[in-house]
Amino acid sequence: MDFQASLALVVPETVLSVSGLLLLLAAAWAGDKAARAISVVAVAVLVAAAFLAAPALCREAMGPDTVAFAGQFRADAFAAFAKLLIFGAAAASLMIAPAFFERYRAMRAEYPVLVIFAALGMSMMASATDLITLYIGLEMNSLAAYVLAAFLRPDERSSEAGLKYFVLGALASGILLFGASLVYGFAGTTNFAGIATALDGDLATGALFGIVFVLSGLAFKISAVPFHMWTPDVYEGAPTPVTTFFATAPKVAALALTMRVALEPFGPQADAWRQIVIFVALASIVVGALGAIGQGNIKRLMAYSSINNVGFILIGLACTTPEGASAMLVYLAIYVAMSLGGFVAILMLRDAQGEPVEAIADIAGLSRTRPALAAALAVIMFSLAGIPPLFGFWGKFVVFQAAVEADLLALAAIGIAASVIGAFYYIKIVKIMYFDEPADVVKGESDWAHHALLWATVIFLSPLGYLLTKWLGSLADAAAKSLFLAA
Amino acid sequence: MMNGFPILSLMLLVPLVGAIACLFVEARAARMIALAATLIDLVLGIVLWANYDIGGAQWQFTERVELFAGFSYALGIDGIALMLIVLSVFLMPICIGASWDGITKRVGEYMAAFLLMEVLMIGVFAAQDLFLFYIFFEAGLIPMYLIIGIWGGDNRIYASYKFFLYTLLGSVLMLIAMLWMANEAGSTDIPTLMAYDFPVQAQTWLWLAFLASFAVKMPMWPVHTWLPDAHVQAPTAGSVILAGVLLKMGGYGFIRFSLPMFPEASAQFAWLIFALSAVAVVYTSLVALVQHDMKKLIAYSSVAHMGIVTVGAFAFNVQGIEGSMIMMLSHGLVSGALFLSVGVIYDRLHTREIDRYGGLSINMPKYSLFFMLFTMASIGLPGTSGFVAEFLSLAGIYQVSTWITLVCTTGIILGAAYMLYLYRRVAFGEQKNADAAAMPDLSAREWAMMVPLALAVLWMGVYPESFLAPMRKDIAALDARIARAKPEGDSRLALGKPKAPTHGETHKTEAAGGEAH
Repeated sequence: MDFQASLALVVPETVLSVSGLLLLLAAAWAGDKAARAISVVAVAVLVAAAFLAAPALCREAMGPDTVAFAGQFRADAFAAFAKLLIFGAAAASLMIAPAFFERYRAMRAEYPVLVIFAALGMSMMASATDLITLYIGLEMNSLAAYVLAAFLRPDERSSEAGLKYFVLGALASGILLFGASLVYGFAGTTNFAGIATALDGDLATGALFGIVFVLSGLAFKISAVPFHMWTPDVYEGAPTPVTTFFATAPKVAALALTMRVALEPFGPQADAWRQIVIFVALASIVVGALGAIGQGNIKRLMAYSSINNVGFILIGLACTTPEGASAMLVYLAIYVAMSLGGFVAILMLRDAQGEPVEAIADIAGLSRTRPALAAALAVIMFSLAGIPPLFGFWGKFVVFQAAVEADLLALAAIGIAASVIGAFYYIKIVKIMYFDEPADVVKGESDWAHHALLWATVIFLSPLGYLLTKWLGSLADAAAKSLFLAA
Repeated sequence: MMNGFPILSLMLLVPLVGAIACLFVEARAARMIALAATLIDLVLGIVLWANYDIGGAQWQFTERVELFAGFSYALGIDGIALMLIVLSVFLMPICIGASWDGITKRVGEYMAAFLLMEVLMIGVFAAQDLFLFYIFFEAGLIPMYLIIGIWGGDNRIYASYKFFLYTLLGSVLMLIAMLWMANEAGSTDIPTLMAYDFPVQAQTWLWLAFLASFAVKMPMWPVHTWLPDAHVQAPTAGSVILAGVLLKMGGYGFIRFSLPMFPEASAQFAWLIFALSAVAVVYTSLVALVQHDMKKLIAYSSVAHMGIVTVGAFAFNVQGIEGSMIMMLSHGLVSGALFLSVGVIYDRLHTREIDRYGGLSINMPKYSLFFMLFTMASIGLPGTSGFVAEFLSLAGIYQVSTWITLVCTTGIILGAAYMLYLYRRVAFGEQKNADAAAMPDLSAREWAMMVPLALAVLWMGVYPESFLAPMRKDIAALDARIARAKPEGDSRLALGKPKAPTHGETHKTEAAGGEAH
């Protein structure tokens, strides 16, 4: 494959890096006055990148034609699916940011630039087929994310979130690197296809350690139990638009990366890691559900909810089948919409002075003071709980269907029974909004971008979403097929 | 026959549109919209019944659109589903009427929740796809949770949580079983699955998973405890719809899924059903006897009646299943009517405490008349729907187990005890409290709700053939399907050779009727 063809495959990434650099220059020259304009351009760039990535998904790109730079990068349908979600979520978290930061006079021009670079890193994660590409993408995303977490400089909680995220993230990167070096030592190559060939057959203990360490590092990035401790603190401390970003785009990228790593280089050794994934999945479901029950801050609650959801997604990985991978992607798409909607709704909770309301007690009786907002939040909560006819049910449905088809009946039964624990705190939010006496704290108004995003996600999560199941299912199937073709 | 007209979809669409409209209008308009929507659905239900071809195709009014991945939008009804849909659309306008004055806060949302319930109930009975059924079945949790939680009584939060989590836990295990079945049989079509023979080994697990869901919905002892809490805390109309239709989903589930899909497992576990039902009938009847709260008493009586439904369904013969179905229809009418009767006096005195009433037959004679009719129907007096239901169920179960019949019949005697005791304390005796003695008799609105119920109860009691005819062929088909697993009975019935057949027939009915009471 010649160089030109390789370049053609990385057009979305090229567009992102060039425009990121140009916007960085613009931010340096024009200063914070141009923050809003740069945000608008950044959203346009992300949308353009999504359009450039989409064809690979639509024509179900797979096989050797999708490999660039001698096996370091793969622009197949699977990567395209993840990229569309990543770019969409990143663009959404840019759209909701200005209204939030301008209150604190903290809307600085770096914000959109950092989001673009993070998106670039995530895009590389989704396409990585080499341990080196993997690490570059991961760190590119993480470094931008550390800064974003601490973006609200005057706020102590934000700085704390940034520091915590950095220290623990660096530790996880170290674990991952250690694992990668072990894998390289035993396989003699950093290329995924090469590792798959080398690890086929009997597994050396050292290589097993390598696999475990790599997966542990990735478990940190997707905030799966037992590497989840940073999540509630970072989600609570980071400014809400940044939390929205963390809960959506990096989650997709890290899960896509985990899927690719587990199924491509470690695919032949699925029996070695399946039990680990099953444990992590069930532990995440249970800890995510139990941890959320006592929370008084709605952002912390959403953090535990994301841990819980990652558990369900990992059930799809434990199947190690194309159906399981496809189910994970469908779940991810729905999960992104639920998180996005949830955090946008949280952003819209403001008191009379416009200060954000985060205490769950303060949204008591919201259905009487702000019926539309309460109804939207209720739809999102029931959807997260996986109650039909809301669309959140469909994500759980496909994942458990894949688990049953893969004959993991005990996992499916325990997982779904544990989902009832999770349902408790979701319906508790509904109870507080609908059954309790109004606290009448939420009074502030929100701008059009919030309203538009919230109602778009609510319509997607309403029963109307089921009309998309065929389309979503065929795209996810194509993506999963391309992933397994490569493996 | 109405060729190709999607009447079932229309019946789903009308209340759905009404529900959305109710959210955007103020109280008066919402009441009118809700009443109009439920009345239109009632008319459509009557059209459905009138056009149902008795003895025709097993599945009628079928619709199928491949809208979704993994399952299809498939509707269609047989006689069993038809009767339950007619019951739902019949009770709904009465529920709206019952909430007309009683509900004053957040009327729009209330009416929307009720209309949504109607959509989901019709959907459950009409769904012909396994997962479409599940979606309708589960979705009912959301409006019911809101109805109990927002408009319920003092302890409503606890009751709503209990209702939601109990039923959810039951249902999710059923979902796993359904996924396995769809994978095994390669189809999600309910009629196809009803004819599919699952491996006997697997049937055991599938049957238990379905039991987890239906037993909670039914509710069977010992997972019935959510029901008294939910009933007591729900507003009157909520209780009517809960007892009238929602409880029928469990019984419908047994008859539609457990029996035809897993005949061997059903036979294997029939003893479990019998034991739980027998305990339910006797135990909850005894509990009902000591209640001071009228709604709680009727709630416990519902559990006892549902016990008769389950023993009848698992009798493995036509009489038992017919009795089970008629019991569901009869209980839908009678318990609905009883909750309504409680609601009538609750609206006046705002207490459900039995001791606060007394001697109502003096100041509310017309009310007392209706209350007595429904009390008698609940006991199963001949001439009311309850008698037909109990007689058929017990005649069916007698062929399988004489002991269980004996225990269940005891429950009916206890039923007479607690209902008559309730009636005596409320309607007879001296007028202890001045405020109870000053209550006015039925208003025109209450008449309009009581009369149709009373007529339906008497109609079903005097001429049950109208209700049995549409179901006969489907129940016979079900009986033929499960015949291969039929357990051996202990009653060893032998057909006698009567000299004069007509005389013998009447004699037999009298004898069995006497035994039941």
